[in-house]
Amino acid sequence: MSEPAPAPAPAPAVEPEPPAHPLRAVVLAGGLNVEREVSLSSGTQVAEELARAGVEAELRDADAELLPGLAAAPADAVFIALHGATGEDGALRAVLDLAGVHYVGSPAAACRLAWDKPAAKSVVRSAGVATPDWVALPHSTFRELGAGAVLDLIVARLGLPLMVKPASGGSALGVQKVSRVEDLPAAMVGCFAYGDTVMVERFVDGVELALSVVDLGDGPEALPAVEIAPESGVFDYTSRYTPGLTEYHAPARVSAEVAERAAEIAVHVHRVLGLADLSRTDAIVTPDGEVHFLEVNVSPGLTETSMFPMAVEASGSSLGDVLARLLTRRASTLR
Amino acid sequence: MHHPAPRHPRLDPLADRYAARTHGMKTSEIRALFSVVSRPEVVSLAGGMPAVTALPLDAVGSMIGELVSGMGAQTLQYGSGQGDPRLRERICDVMALEGITDASPSEVVVTVGSQQGLDLVTRVFCDPGDVVLAEGPSYVGALGVFQAAEARVEHVPMDDDGLIPEALEQALIECRAAGDRVKFLYTVPNYHNPAGVTLSEPRRQAVMEIAERYDLLVIEDNPYGLLGFDREPMRALRARDDRRVIYLGSFSKTFSPGLRVGWVLAPLAVREKLVLATEAQVLCPPSLTQYAVARYLDTQPWREQIKHFVELYRERRDATLESLQALMPAGTTWTKPDGGFYVWLKLPHGLDAKLMQPRAVNAHVAYVPGIGFYADGSGREHMRLSYCYPEPDQIREGVRRLARVVEAELDLHSTFDGVDTGSFRAVSGSQPGIVGPANSDRFEDRP
Repeated sequence: MSEPAPAPAPAPAVEPEPPAHPLRAVVLAGGLNVEREVSLSSGTQVAEELARAGVEAELRDADAELLPGLAAAPADAVFIALHGATGEDGALRAVLDLAGVHYVGSPAAACRLAWDKPAAKSVVRSAGVATPDWVALPHSTFRELGAGAVLDLIVARLGLPLMVKPASGGSALGVQKVSRVEDLPAAMVGCFAYGDTVMVERFVDGVELALSVVDLGDGPEALPAVEIAPESGVFDYTSRYTPGLTEYHAPARVSAEVAERAAEIAVHVHRVLGLADLSRTDAIVTPDGEVHFLEVNVSPGLTETSMFPMAVEASGSSLGDVLARLLTRRASTLR
Repeated sequence: MHHPAPRHPRLDPLADRYAARTHGMKTSEIRALFSVVSRPEVVSLAGGMPAVTALPLDAVGSMIGELVSGMGAQTLQYGSGQGDPRLRERICDVMALEGITDASPSEVVVTVGSQQGLDLVTRVFCDPGDVVLAEGPSYVGALGVFQAAEARVEHVPMDDDGLIPEALEQALIECRAAGDRVKFLYTVPNYHNPAGVTLSEPRRQAVMEIAERYDLLVIEDNPYGLLGFDREPMRALRARDDRRVIYLGSFSKTFSPGLRVGWVLAPLAVREKLVLATEAQVLCPPSLTQYAVARYLDTQPWREQIKHFVELYRERRDATLESLQALMPAGTTWTKPDGGFYVWLKLPHGLDAKLMQPRAVNAHVAYVPGIGFYADGSGREHMRLSYCYPEPDQIREGVRRLARVVEAELDLHSTFDGVDTGSFRAVSGSQPGIVGPANSDRFEDRP
């Protein structure tokens, strides 16, 4: 069987007609990976928001019951609130394509690319967007060439501090800022627990922005940037999901010029990676006003402390309406 | 585009008003990782959940139904703050099995699980800054209670025979020298959670002698005492001293944790304060579940049921120990419990059970990292394995997965341990925070 087409569905010229009956959605949340908790939180909020917008929304896990369930009670469209592997790496979407199930979000091949952070950075840099220097290596490279020699090279060329992060995955799990060279080996050990490839990235200091993009049929549009200011200085898992530990400003407290440039970059990233419907690009603005791409999320967090819902709110829309419009569009649009 | 005023920038308009003791209440990565245990693909050696499906569920169901239909006027009503008198009598019968034969129902306070009992005792005795002595490691739920009371925990080490009396005495001497106010020793003498060890008979005597000599109050927490595999129940500390031991009991492991029925046995003066404290907290323990426990003890063969539980847990303990022996890499050690729910495992030197946890989640096996059982950040090389809930075949599969995880982690450490970062060359070609245009292409990692 041929691979599902990587490009997103072309935007229809006119707003599609919603189905005659109340829209029925299956919200996928949970999964079997380290991001399950966050996904369940996202999925619960999505289902509640959709219900508020008049959509009949059912929350389901991505397990052995899913495909028989979808076959027995087809949904108009599926909303994928899964984070981490399967949900974001394109695998589940490829299966939904095989099953002919409509879903909101980016197609399988584009997800595979965005999921691989180093690969996505390469594509984004080739498209003219600044991104901090990096190197991504599997454990076997350190084992075969000697960890000391390789880490020495990395520190010599990328400097300190460094960001050490899993080459795939989200929710800030496994991400560490390393300021002292003696902490680097332990950081590598901690990070390799999340996956076989680690990305070491030069630390870029500046204002951290979450740049949400949504496409309601007229092409991708950037929502107001959300500025992130964690109390601890590091936007790790605890800072991210404990209300009160991080300040968020939406719109971000940056100049109009920087805000515009950031919005352009977010839309550009969305396009060059072939993403569809919604995405969130994480970026840093340096004191000189340059916007640096860090990574992009094809299934952005939709929890009560997530940045995509804040951006929607700052745009003057309601999350439920935006999600319902995305569903309506996908319900009536074949990929 | 319309831009409304943003919500409170910290998402929590009350962020500046919380009590200082809530500052440790943060979302935890460890907790989040546990979310996967609800999936059937994952073997959970993490939670200490009793095997309640081994209960005669139909009989218990009928019994509770009759309590509502036939006695609803009492079972659905408020009750006494101290707890139902009939249940308190039966609790004294249960405690007699562990040598406490002098307890009076008037000295018993029924609580919402022994967890509430510990909370009440801590509230009654501890001011912020007071010291609580506790085994190292110690029950995580107790550490949470002590933290909420802003008490400081000093750990006393254990070995295979439980708490080390000499270490207890040393801790008391050091606390005295430092001017600390030690309010009590908190101890789980039988089949310890998480360590799995039991305080030996000679040490029970030694601990009580030290308590006498140093005028130390002892909180004896004994949820597992009737779940010994190879011997009669040990004689409780409370059976040796009715003045300086406050005893916490529970039906969570011998009957049902969902009913939330536990108790405190304390001298009369303490009991008075406990009753006032519990009335302020919950008014009274739930009537229906108290009646359910009392009726269960009156009408069901509960001693036989405990024997059934013991056989079931013994089989699971055996599966755990045999699998660990067969599969775990050299350098791993573990305790060998002769009762209760838990094995305390020590990883090969340098491995960190918390850092390893994502690898275990990906391998579909769960455990509890040891760090949670210490108040001082110790325990990184340890983990708690619970064998009480999974079937023996699941346990064997779980240990098989865990062994592979440990092997992979050893492989990783062999790569990175001993790297001499002191010999690294000076940083060149870049400045912190500045992206150097000269090398930006050379470092591209092309897909």
